[in-house]
Amino acid sequence: MLGDYSIGDLGSIFVMQGFAGLILFSVYVLMALGLAIIFGQMGVINMAHGEFMILGAYVTWLTSSAFQHYLPALFPGYFFLAMVLAFIASGALGMLVEWGLIRHLYKRPLDTLLATWGLSLILQQTYRSVFGAREVGVELPQWMLGSKQITDTIEVPINGIFVMCLTVLITVAVAWIMYKSRWGRQVRAVVQNRIMAGAVGINTEKVDRYTFGLGCGIAGVAGSAFTMIGSTGPTSGQLYIVDTFLVVVFGGAASLLGTIASAFSISQTQSTLEFFMSGSMAKVLTLLAIVGILMLRPQGLFALKVRK
Amino acid sequence: MIINSRFFNRSELIGFVALAALLFVILPLSLDVFRLNLVAKYLTYAFVGIGLVLCWGYGGILSLGQGVFFGLGGYCMAMFLKLEASSPENTKIQSTPGIPDFMDWNQITSLPLFWQPFHSLTLTILAIILVPGLFALIIGTAMFKRRVGGTYFAIITQAVAAILTILIVGQQGYTGGINGMTDLRTLKGWDIRPDHAKVILYFFEVFLLFGCILLAQFIRLTKLGRILVAMREQEDRVRFSGYSVANFKIFAFCMAAIFAAIGGAMFALNVGFMSPSFVGIVPSIEMVIYTAVGGRMSIFGAVWGSLLVNVAKTGLSESFPQLWLFGLGGLFIAVVLAFPNGLSGIWADYVQPRIDRLLAWRKPKPAKAWTDSSVADGAPAE
Repeated sequence: MLGDYSIGDLGSIFVMQGFAGLILFSVYVLMALGLAIIFGQMGVINMAHGEFMILGAYVTWLTSSAFQHYLPALFPGYFFLAMVLAFIASGALGMLVEWGLIRHLYKRPLDTLLATWGLSLILQQTYRSVFGAREVGVELPQWMLGSKQITDTIEVPINGIFVMCLTVLITVAVAWIMYKSRWGRQVRAVVQNRIMAGAVGINTEKVDRYTFGLGCGIAGVAGSAFTMIGSTGPTSGQLYIVDTFLVVVFGGAASLLGTIASAFSISQTQSTLEFFMSGSMAKVLTLLAIVGILMLRPQGLFALKVRK
Repeated sequence: MIINSRFFNRSELIGFVALAALLFVILPLSLDVFRLNLVAKYLTYAFVGIGLVLCWGYGGILSLGQGVFFGLGGYCMAMFLKLEASSPENTKIQSTPGIPDFMDWNQITSLPLFWQPFHSLTLTILAIILVPGLFALIIGTAMFKRRVGGTYFAIITQAVAAILTILIVGQQGYTGGINGMTDLRTLKGWDIRPDHAKVILYFFEVFLLFGCILLAQFIRLTKLGRILVAMREQEDRVRFSGYSVANFKIFAFCMAAIFAAIGGAMFALNVGFMSPSFVGIVPSIEMVIYTAVGGRMSIFGAVWGSLLVNVAKTGLSESFPQLWLFGLGGLFIAVVLAFPNGLSGIWADYVQPRIDRLLAWRKPKPAKAWTDSSVADGAPAE
């Protein structure tokens, strides 16, 4: 199988496959970051996470259409506004959902799963009714098209580089919020001991609502970034939700570093395997490996040592 | 807790008789064959529901991968039927006669080894029980022995469902791919397609269903069923009392898997095909919702839930396709938020007391409390 390629070709293939894996990695990280906050920190299984992501994608699409029609001069920069709008839209919806649904179910995690699945069905049908069943794709500004030639045989797409830079920025921001800011300290305090946190004067309900909102908002940004590399349909979110949960669980639920490490290993495994076999078999093998490792090590890669 | 020495208490007996009357008499008399066949299709999910009542309602183990076992059972049955439909005479236009048509289309020239046992009906029936049972045993042993449970277990079963679907779709030559196994014709030479065969299959399925109901009720009433409930409420106490919690969980999960597989096999027989769209994550979660709507604590509730949700689904999606997903989504949320015990909970809380009062009013003798199981089981699951 490998005999037809020279060593140099193989090197280029691995680099380019690796880069494709890095783009997949970015999407996984962006989606899993929000979920790591919601599932890892709060313990809420949000099956509608993919739909929050798709909301961000649709907001981005709407913004790009609006810019094309009304402000063509500013079109190259629409994406930055779209990202902020996506964050606000998904975050606001997230807070609404937390207020109306999730807060009644904190003590029943399995029921949260069913309720949010119901929510995801409703959101999907809403998207279908509002935006139509067909997939929509945004028009990329000129500077994001094309690819960068690194050597003769290696070239990488610019939108991919952009998405990766974005991922790094957002990850750093989230890490800062969670581990350095006063608010992040409150979130972690509530997670570790809700009663004590309440006793020292933290408004735990408010923290819950904003945490959930933040997680959903990040999902919205992920959706926004997702439009750079793929088109969006009403059910696109569902395709990623199981993968994303596996990324979070595989990394060890409460660990941000673990989430990133597991997203990296999963996406690299999958994209490297994809070169050697069909896409579906690559996916099957990757998922099987994850499930197998999780059976041997249920706490995930980076588990906090805590007494349960 | 008073252990009920009778197999059914009074309200359960009424429920049993009412369900038997509906399925054996009322529906066959009032529906045409097409609709009866639809009911048979809905009832295949009732098998899954009964398994979920044991494993989720009583054991507290939520599996989001019941579609896997439904699919394994269904595919085992479908492979047997497909082999019979692909006799050399039926397939002589193919480049390799005697193998299923989709293999021929995918340039496979001989029957793969894992298809060989499905020439025999006995081995097929064994496979329908054993393959999902063993699969559940492996997953259950790996997970429960390491004390993985709750949400993690749910996510991992979901991943298994995703894997199996991708595998079936990807391996088109061996499984029929996304179209599944279609064009199933005869069972041991007996044509399963005409109307009278559909009616016979319906009654066969209802008999099997009642067999499963009685088996589940038996498990529920034995000491084992009590331990399952105790485990759900206070797992550590049961463990400290010296019971092997993992083994009981594995047992409940395997039973649920086998029930689901029987449902799947009946699905292949009644509907006449099997496809990966009944295996994956979405159908698996839908099966859970049928059970939740009927009442996760009630065996009869699971049957009613499967019937009613599917009737609503067919009705709504025939006339208002847009509304169906809103309805289903709303149903999920409403059941979880307002009625955690589903229809059977509503029945036990509102309807049953009225009936009891009515009966007590007719007979001056105070009615003996119907409570034993209804009250004890009425407590929310978590």
